Amino acid sequence: MSVDTSLRFDKDYVTGFSSSRQEPAWLQELRLQALELAQELPMPKPDKTKIDKWNFTEFKHEATGTPVAFNELPEDVKALIGSEEEAKNVLVIHNGTPVYFALEESVKDQGVIYTDLLTAAKEHEELVKKYFMKAVAVDENRLPALHAALFVNGAFLYVPKNVELSAPIQAVYYQDDEAAIFNHVIVAAEDNSSVTYVENYLSTNESSESVANIVSEVYAGSGAKVVYGAVDNLAKGMTTYVNRRGRAEKDARIEWALGQFNDGNTVSDNTTHLIGDGSFTDTKTVTIGRGDQKQNFVAQIFNHGKHSEGYILTHGVMKDNASSIFNGITKIEHGATKSHGEQTERVLMLSEKARGDANPILLIDEDDVTAGHAASVGRIDPLQMFYLMSRGIPKAEAERLIIHGFLAPVVSQMPLESVKNRLVEVIERKVR
Amino acid sequence: MSAPNLKIEDLRVSIEDKEIIKGLDLEINGGEIHAIMGPNGTGKSTLSAALMGHPKYEVTSGKVTFNGEDLLDMEVDERAQAGLFLAMQYPSEVSGITNADFLRSAINAKREEGDEISLMKFIRELDKKMDHLEMDNAFAHRYLNEGFSGGEKKRNEILQMMMLEPKLAILDEIDSGLDIDALKVVAKGVNEMRSPDFGCLIITHYQRLLNYITPDKVHVMMQGRIVKSGGPELAQRLEAEGYDWIKEELGIKDETVGQEA
Ligand SMILES: Nc1ncnc2c1ncn2[C@@H]1O[C@H](COP(=O)(O)OP(=O)(O)O)[C@@H](O)[C@H]1O
Ligand SMILES: [Mg+2]
Repeated sequence: MSVDTSLRFDKDYVTGFSSSRQEPAWLQELRLQALELAQELPMPKPDKTKIDKWNFTEFKHEATGTPVAFNELPEDVKALIGSEEEAKNVLVIHNGTPVYFALEESVKDQGVIYTDLLTAAKEHEELVKKYFMKAVAVDENRLPALHAALFVNGAFLYVPKNVELSAPIQAVYYQDDEAAIFNHVIVAAEDNSSVTYVENYLSTNESSESVANIVSEVYAGSGAKVVYGAVDNLAKGMTTYVNRRGRAEKDARIEWALGQFNDGNTVSDNTTHLIGDGSFTDTKTVTIGRGDQKQNFVAQIFNHGKHSEGYILTHGVMKDNASSIFNGITKIEHGATKSHGEQTERVLMLSEKARGDANPILLIDEDDVTAGHAASVGRIDPLQMFYLMSRGIPKAEAERLIIHGFLAPVVSQMPLESVKNRLVEVIERKVR
Repeated sequence: MSAPNLKIEDLRVSIEDKEIIKGLDLEINGGEIHAIMGPNGTGKSTLSAALMGHPKYEVTSGKVTFNGEDLLDMEVDERAQAGLFLAMQYPSEVSGITNADFLRSAINAKREEGDEISLMKFIRELDKKMDHLEMDNAFAHRYLNEGFSGGEKKRNEILQMMMLEPKLAILDEIDSGLDIDALKVVAKGVNEMRSPDFGCLIITHYQRLLNYITPDKVHVMMQGRIVKSGGPELAQRLEAEGYDWIKEELGIKDETVGQEA
């Protein structure tokens, strides 16, 4: 595989790609170093899922989208962001190209920066340099390295000190070309600021093989609060690596609300480092697997700071031949006294052939802490089915009700109404 | 709407290869209320579950028709759509689905697509019936049976029956775990349904409920069969004297299934 990588995307290619976009020198340099690493480093090894036959390295890299007015956006995209009046702060990236953008004056006036990442790299070079590939290291394994070498675009959201934004900042990443998605998101909230960011990934390519390699980095400064909502809805043709990483400083708070509804094979890593004392994170995820897809989900929290608290709640439904591994990891570091970790993973399998595996792991290097976990993996209860059907509800509808019911405790607790509604919609489409 | 008819002929039912119902005949028509009485372990719940199509219960022989159609040939949901209802002795709990959403799905399942019940009408009906059963409205928005007390579950079964308006309802131990006030409320619900277009089979091992719902026919079940039938006076005698006289009369030592000499 490494041979393939070096063949298709070599130094000349990356230099040319970066130059054609007039990227700053440091970024081009970083890409080239990353490319070298991508050729040397091993693939990630997600626990209990074999990915060595998955294609992460063969893909068409570039595609283009054309900037459009609001009413020319595809209906699928409009459905996600609401009307023009509602979608006041939104970035739409189509096939790697920013095609629509809106940001309220009142938001700009407070010093908030929200733009596509390429523009940010040119106009806010120092800030991007400070945050790009810092939470996720280039040399972690081959895929972040490949990501850094070849990322196409993404979003950059910067919220200055003490600025509290109430309206959510939205992004839609929409792909209808067979090219890969190499998207990078940075959310940096300075001390005592507060922001909500919601993204939707959407692709339409069912048949031809493609790759998504996505990295998000979230930085919450002291006392800052970041709510990060994401709904992944990539089509069957896409093999996905998605790594969303957060770092919370003193008394900071990061809340993740993730709907992971890709139809292709997926490796997902959501890790939060609770660096500062009193920091807090909460990860809520829902998933539906169907068809023959294989997925591996990691939800991971590192408690470094004292009095830090981390919560993980995952519910997944497996249909057809789908199989998924859910690894929940709470790691409480030495010195993180009085901290707390809690996780729950629940998996419901709808068919004999579906597979689900939940592995809650507590790794605790400090005595003075509290932690707990719960996990369950089970098949749909035939008595529940009998009960529902005995009221005249057909089998498919009964299953639909049970799935909604199973995911409801997570969906209903999602911190954002728009994410909630979107989740219900996607779930509805997937259970039919 | 024509008067319903349920006709059971020589029914045999097994669980895990153990025969529980051993040749049972019974016919119920619209307008009639039948009661099956019998001590624990005599096959009453097995009969009701088999009629509804419970997957664990295997009908090994016999014939059941419902309004002339072969009931045993239908899926569980089809039996319900044909107008059969079973209030279960132990209703399932289903998390994440509210009582109201569940009921609305069930009502709409019987209706054509495009002819779904309007939300307004549904709420009006639901409110009315919950009032009738003296149920707190909050139950509409709680998850289906989740955390309900025994008595609340029973009331909820009757609520479902009233909302779905079946042609024939089987009530399996609807009275167990109910205090006298709740019992009266449940009886009120059943009596409200009484009409020539509605038949009912009440399964119980106490006569108590039958003080409030007067049955047309009373059957005694032992060893997986109906061993005696009569009118309401039979229930009263059972209440006064217990089951021993029947056992004596029929030479039964142990009435439970599988204990035949
Ligand atoms: N699911 C089951 N698995 C095994 N045996 C069962 C099951 N349900 C009922 N039985 C057996 O069938 C017999 C009749 O039970 P049931 O129909 O519940 O009686 P009743 O409702 O009259 O108390 C009992 O011996 C009981 O042990
Ligand atoms: Mg019983």
